[in-house]
Amino acid sequence: MDILLGLLVNVLQEGFIYGIMAIGVYITYKVLDFPDLSVDSTFPLGSCIAAVLITAGVDPWLSCLAAFGCGAIAGCVTGLLHVKLKITDLLSGILVMTGLLSVNLVILDGKAVMPFYNKDTIFNSGFFGTVAGNLSADFRVLVIVAGTCILVKLLLDVYLKTKSGLLLRAAGDNAQYVISLGKNPGTMKIIGLAIGNGCTALAGCILSQQTETANVASGKGMVVMALASVIIGTSLLRKAKFIKATTAVIIGSILYKACLTIAMQLGMPTNYLNFLMAVILTVVLVFNKVFAGRGKNSNVNPTQI
Amino acid sequence: MSTQHKSDTMADYVAMRRICKTFNRDSLNEIRLFQNFNLEIPKGQFVAVIGSNGSGKTTILNILCGSVPIDSGSVSVNGKEISRLPEHQHSEFIGRVFQDPSKGTCPQLTILENMALADNKGTRFGLHFGINRKRIPYYRSQLELLKLGLEDKLNLPVSSLSGGQRQALALLISTMTPIDLLILDEHTAALDPRSSENVMELTQRIVGEKKLTVLMVTHNLKYAIRYGDRLIMMHRGGIVLDAAGEEKVALQTKDLTEKFNEISLEDGN
Repeated sequence: MDILLGLLVNVLQEGFIYGIMAIGVYITYKVLDFPDLSVDSTFPLGSCIAAVLITAGVDPWLSCLAAFGCGAIAGCVTGLLHVKLKITDLLSGILVMTGLLSVNLVILDGKAVMPFYNKDTIFNSGFFGTVAGNLSADFRVLVIVAGTCILVKLLLDVYLKTKSGLLLRAAGDNAQYVISLGKNPGTMKIIGLAIGNGCTALAGCILSQQTETANVASGKGMVVMALASVIIGTSLLRKAKFIKATTAVIIGSILYKACLTIAMQLGMPTNYLNFLMAVILTVVLVFNKVFAGRGKNSNVNPTQI
Repeated sequence: MSTQHKSDTMADYVAMRRICKTFNRDSLNEIRLFQNFNLEIPKGQFVAVIGSNGSGKTTILNILCGSVPIDSGSVSVNGKEISRLPEHQHSEFIGRVFQDPSKGTCPQLTILENMALADNKGTRFGLHFGINRKRIPYYRSQLELLKLGLEDKLNLPVSSLSGGQRQALALLISTMTPIDLLILDEHTAALDPRSSENVMELTQRIVGEKKLTVLMVTHNLKYAIRYGDRLIMMHRGGIVLDAAGEEKVALQTKDLTEKFNEISLEDGN
């Protein structure tokens, strides 16, 4: 029973941490319709920044903000490459992803892994660390990551209701409409990518504080993981109108982590983990297509019938 | 808008002068569409443009909206030179309704969200709440004018509306804030006959109420004759027929078809 509970807590912890990233990818992939591959490198970017800043004694929450900011800048670069230099969306993402690999190594001063044990992190210091201090370590982590994830979700929900947020949704839905409003849809794409990559870097920052290590290779497979969370969440809960898409995405992330954990517990070797991640996403995409095809609102251009 | 009083007497409220435009330059299918093309529209005129395929009527609209750059010449609307502005800046004073009903609205946003966005056109899109509850009665009253029952469906995504409903909404949205020029790009072509009648009626009403200057491209000769104060027929980048006032009233579908046939013979069809 204790093992089961431990596993559940573990799944929830990771689900919420990666949930923050999934919310970011929801903005780029679902709202903006932009397949952003730079996520694979902005995730470790957040980790590296956390490691360096926390080692230097910076407040851990401030490090989180810094990670978000740096991720946002990386997102802006992806956006500028696409919007201003007219490089395709996929390629802009790949360029930033590749370039950041070096940036991350430079940040860690050439090391591929940088541990920062026994430093102040958001889990053991500051207001929240103290308030939740009576709980066991695992629960404390869970409470703090869940709180952060939900806070990010609520902030984004509010943002999406502002004028700027509505325009962002319009930019992904119908760029011509944004032009008709006298605004540049490219600017909205850049803003969206900044938010998406900021959230991803924040997730990386929080994960590294939990493990107390930053690893430049920790971003491998993040695009697939985030996309799987987004698609699982939004397609499973499509019918539940009262659940916001951002909530659905967090649930998707937790379910996805649960699938992986179950597979591991059933004795699957760790080496197959990435393979399993790819397989899960494939299955989800196929199912999603099958079900979406039956939907009544599939958008067909009436001039092309 | 602010400069409107100056232009009340101008006969060249919308002016395209000495426009040159060549497509696919220096290739086998080079098309020299416009060579010193001129078009002037006085304030408040409703102009219908017809013409064969490739006659340049859609290009006129695209040039006015800034989605196609010109090689040389000048384009001005209400005294402003606009030919060098990026496309989205044209939209600040030009409204456009497209042939494709899905282009004029955001399908995944609700009717209310679409209208709130349009209502804020010309302002900064900052971090204020997008939907102003106090404006909802105004949106409802505007939707009631469409007589489509949309005022009770404010929270429905636009994707669930029919093409005709969407086009009516697009028309309403593009004229919600003051504009200098309304461009109708075959906006009834993708609709069934009944919806297109409705949308044309609605167009007539909105244009009349708001006293808009309109440039409408259409394939429908009947509409071109029935609506508008001036009719222009285009062929190969030139104007072959330009009738306004009495002359336009006297025009019949038969006259236009004859003219069309003449043109087609020239083309060897």
